[in-house]
Amino acid sequence: MNQPANQPASAYFLEDRHDPNETHTLSILVQNEPGVLARVIGLFSGRGYNIDSLTVSETESQKHVSRITIVTTGTPMVIEQIKHQLDRMIPVFRVVDMTLTGRSIERELAMVKVRGGGDHRVEALRLADAFRARVIDATTESFVFEITGASSKINQFIDLMRPLGLVEVSRTGVAAIGRGPEGM
Amino acid sequence: MSKESHDPNQMTGAAMIVRALIDHGVQHLFGYPGGAVLPIYDEIFQQSEVEHILVRHEQGAGHAAEGYARSTGKPGVVLVTSGPGATNMVTPLTDALMDSIPLVCITGQVPTHLIGNDAFQECDTVGITRPCTKHNWLVRDVNDLAKVLHEAFYVATSGRPGPVVVDVPKDVQFATGTYHPPRKDDVHVSYTPRIKGDATQIRKAVALLAAAKRPVIYSGGGVINSGPEASKLLRELVNVTGFPITSTLMGLGAYPASGKNWLGMLGMHGTYEANMTMHDCDVMLCVGARFDDRITGRIDAFSPGSKKIHIDIDPSSINKNIRVDVPIIGDCANVLGDLLQVFRAEAKKPDIKAWWQQIAQWRARNSLSYRKSSDVILPQQAIQSLFELTRGKDTYITTEVGQHQMWAAQFFGFEEPHRWMTSGGLGTMGYGLPAALGVQVAHPDSLVIDIAGDASVQMTMQEMSTAVQYELPIKIFILNNQYMGMVRQWQQLLHGNRLSHSYSEALPDFVKLADAYGCVGLQAIKPGDLDGAIREMIKVKRPVLFDCRVAALENCFPMIPSGKAHNEMLLPEEATDEATARAFAGGKALV
Repeated sequence: MNQPANQPASAYFLEDRHDPNETHTLSILVQNEPGVLARVIGLFSGRGYNIDSLTVSETESQKHVSRITIVTTGTPMVIEQIKHQLDRMIPVFRVVDMTLTGRSIERELAMVKVRGGGDHRVEALRLADAFRARVIDATTESFVFEITGASSKINQFIDLMRPLGLVEVSRTGVAAIGRGPEGM
Repeated sequence: MSKESHDPNQMTGAAMIVRALIDHGVQHLFGYPGGAVLPIYDEIFQQSEVEHILVRHEQGAGHAAEGYARSTGKPGVVLVTSGPGATNMVTPLTDALMDSIPLVCITGQVPTHLIGNDAFQECDTVGITRPCTKHNWLVRDVNDLAKVLHEAFYVATSGRPGPVVVDVPKDVQFATGTYHPPRKDDVHVSYTPRIKGDATQIRKAVALLAAAKRPVIYSGGGVINSGPEASKLLRELVNVTGFPITSTLMGLGAYPASGKNWLGMLGMHGTYEANMTMHDCDVMLCVGARFDDRITGRIDAFSPGSKKIHIDIDPSSINKNIRVDVPIIGDCANVLGDLLQVFRAEAKKPDIKAWWQQIAQWRARNSLSYRKSSDVILPQQAIQSLFELTRGKDTYITTEVGQHQMWAAQFFGFEEPHRWMTSGGLGTMGYGLPAALGVQVAHPDSLVIDIAGDASVQMTMQEMSTAVQYELPIKIFILNNQYMGMVRQWQQLLHGNRLSHSYSEALPDFVKLADAYGCVGLQAIKPGDLDGAIREMIKVKRPVLFDCRVAALENCFPMIPSGKAHNEMLLPEEATDEATARAFAGGKALV
């Protein structure tokens, strides 16, 4: 990491760590108060953790509880740190590693705008149907599709739309929930 | 106001702040006034329960509060104004966060309707201090103020202690609302620090300890923070097990330096025996320490053959740098109490005679030796003299940051916790002088000495004026080598002796400076002057600046070179130019 050619000496003991990275989805229940999202994001930027995707919304308005879903990448040791660092924040109720539980469902919603005519237009509609994407806006030269599913499915759909006149995409990021009768 | 209509809990926000301080037993407050805190200062003026200490710079208030907190175990309280008052507090807040010091800092803020307008002396205080506090609050409604203040004290002092900021806009200070005394539901339901250790884990730990052949106890600042009971239990554990014990910089004093199982401090400038014991041990019990990079040396070569037990109140300290085998999350005193109970019931003192023999061989290397001189005072000798001449006195030591700090840790023996105040995690030059102020405020009759360097001490020198104003007889013992000694040492060892900007060409005359401040200036230039001057310093009941001229180019050894492991220490007698060059050439890597 950042080693210049002549390897200057340093006051720090730093060594490269070569543990493989893993991607984990974390669900975090927080007190919905001013600045709480800034705290969570600041933790990630301040400590050099990755955020691949982030969604947040109030889920229990009477209790002012919000649920944050973060998809993050790091070595197993870093992922463990992230969970502990989140958990010790004052407004955080719970942190659950959905990937570790192995019993979670992850969904993402995307709106995909495609512009074109003729065969491309027909092909886009046909593919949308195959992916169970809905048309939520249409003009004579464009569609906006709404598609929900796992991130990989959405990626695939977007890739297919690219040659057919893809204009832009808006994605919500991943939301996750555990299977079965229990809550987190 | 008529008697029947007067509800004693109806008051202004400013009055609530002072009332809350009183309700939390605060006797001293360090601060500096300004526009956005004038209503609070007006309330302070009209009462006598909380004494306010006026510093000369907000950073001084912060470090003074840290010294106060660390020497008493009570939270340090600071009051500063908005904008620059708050930004000047960023260093002490970060320092307190790194060293887990409980601070409650109240900042003034511009009135709520001006927030976000770039008003005069406005800054985003909660935004700026979010990463350097345990938690912070902006109070927009006077009726939330009491709850937030009580929660602030609880958060600062419970669990792993740390600094908190309560930002109070000026209109909230003026507004009238309802105060309530501290109560349980003031605290976030989401905040529940774990105090009691898991019984199964404690049993596992005891089994490891009882079967150990080459054990070591490695304790840290968490033991001090946990309170006197933790230090007492730690000492008991050492007695019951007969294990050797070492400590981090922050943990000095938890086990007495005169104790027979004491190995000295470990880490980069720790003793040879402490580091070798850590490296070769088979069971390591870490109590309230966090495997900091100054402690571990090279991570992949850190104590390779040991099973590691880690007691810490903060789950995020576990497995952060070093993977441990038996983590126990809980308060040090609580866990040590349980651990001792189980050990007494189920285990007996393991036979580790062979291990002690090995340790005796390492000790015999005498890693703290240095060559004395009759012409010039060696800094190590200055600290040894200071230690000898203050022995048996009620002494508190603070330090700045650098070589003098490491020498103080190596040569000043601490017998009790809460006697040693130093900036460990952040390494803040300028910490020691204001910290000494805070210690002296808490312990007016004790001997409070800041072991300082000539460079560090100038960073917060202005607080001598505070010492004079409040008749706080702090002793600033400056090891004056005219260099930023640790910077110079690193430049010598790692940067071809190119001493880039580490020499102070224009030092003040510290004796005259003392005179200018209205305190006492003393000087020692020759070894023969030293003891007499120190005696004089101890005798004087006024603040002292002591200019102790020491050998300019002395290096701090022993030392773990960068990128090396505990068993690759450079000892003083081996630190010839070639050996040093070799040791550091191999470690040339990294950042």
